[in-house]
Amino acid sequence: MFSLSSFLDAFWPLTMAARYTLLVSGLGIALGLVIGAFVCVLALSKSRVWRTVAAVWVSYLRGVPMLVQLLVVFFLLPVIGIDVPAIVGAVVTTAIVASAYISEIWRGAIMALPKGQTEAAIAIGMRPRDSWTRIILPQAVALSIPQLINELILLVKASSLVSVVGVMEITRASQAQAGVTFRPLEAYLAAACLYLAINLCLAALGRWLEHRMAV
Amino acid sequence: MDLSIFTEYGPRLLAGFRLTIICWLLGTVFGAALGLLIAVAQRYGGRSVRWALQTYIELIRGTPFLVQLFLLYYGGPMIGLRLDPLPAGLLGLTIYGSPYFAEIFRSAFRAVPPGLIEAGRAIGMTELAIVRRILLPVGLVSALPALINFSIILTKETVILSIITVPEIMYQTQYMATMTFTFLEGYFTLALFFWAFVEVISRLGRRLERRITRHLIERT
Repeated sequence: MFSLSSFLDAFWPLTMAARYTLLVSGLGIALGLVIGAFVCVLALSKSRVWRTVAAVWVSYLRGVPMLVQLLVVFFLLPVIGIDVPAIVGAVVTTAIVASAYISEIWRGAIMALPKGQTEAAIAIGMRPRDSWTRIILPQAVALSIPQLINELILLVKASSLVSVVGVMEITRASQAQAGVTFRPLEAYLAAACLYLAINLCLAALGRWLEHRMAV
Repeated sequence: MDLSIFTEYGPRLLAGFRLTIICWLLGTVFGAALGLLIAVAQRYGGRSVRWALQTYIELIRGTPFLVQLFLLYYGGPMIGLRLDPLPAGLLGLTIYGSPYFAEIFRSAFRAVPPGLIEAGRAIGMTELAIVRRILLPVGLVSALPALINFSIILTKETVILSIITVPEIMYQTQYMATMTFTFLEGYFTLALFFWAFVEVISRLGRRLERRITRHLIERT
């Protein structure tokens, strides 16, 4: 039967473990934004070669399940002589996977801007660089905020997979809790509640940002 | 790497791939069916039905698939729901996919021109007939691109079933890797294989999409 006390007891260790969930998804999105910006530049470049590189990058990362990519990175790192804790591999994989989605979000946002914006910038005599930094990018970033928050929510959920390589985040901690107390229902229910709480907060943040950035 | 492991473990991998496809197809069909039911119920249900379904959608979308599977597979027996890995996995996929499918159908139904539905009422169609003859045929066509897109996302979720020991392709790759110590080779081959598989089905999906929506394309 359901035991309320073991359900409540599970929250403390899981909340501690939530730090790693937030670390993996937070660092993942931060690095993903940087790599994604590079990929986006490649995807919008005039050179066909760079565009192909970006297209292959995005297509591979979006076509392969995250769990498989995680294990590839996890087993690849030692082979190429990089000996780091599992959490580093987890963050790297998350960031790389996120970069594919983020570059597409930004490409979409930039393409969605009316052409008149660039034309107007040129018409009033802005240099190309200024038209990018002052006209295109601020608008594109504002446009992409809801989707970026959505991506972050997806990453929080995807970070549950890094439990497989032994990172003590919420899912792994709930497995440990279930193993100790023999109460899997309560442990996993508590984990689900924590994920839900994090994601509801992020969704609220997203709505607030969207409201603020609305022009 | 010794390529002979692929001949030795080929049959296993093939069986795993077959199971992956079965899980994907059944998960998509059942998930879409449940999603459709939810979308229709949300449209015609009262305020409390709509509220309950919206809560369900938020709960499922706010939690990771892996945790849902653990709840179902390991937590289920505590409340008398004892399932083997495969049925648990299929039920999990169905539940996981249903809210996304429901949202796809809901927005597709909203996109059906109200005039069509009013016309149906005006000529005396029952509500059921309106759903069957107007809402579904028109809505399904406009939902198709999103449906295909989400079903492709579901293919990638099926590998998570390996964690609750459903013997699909990931599980079999893991088995081969553990037996022969070919972790990197095994997983990287699986990655390339999945990439090709997803590319193929998305092409097929686009072709299907063009075929079904060809009556909407204006002839020139």
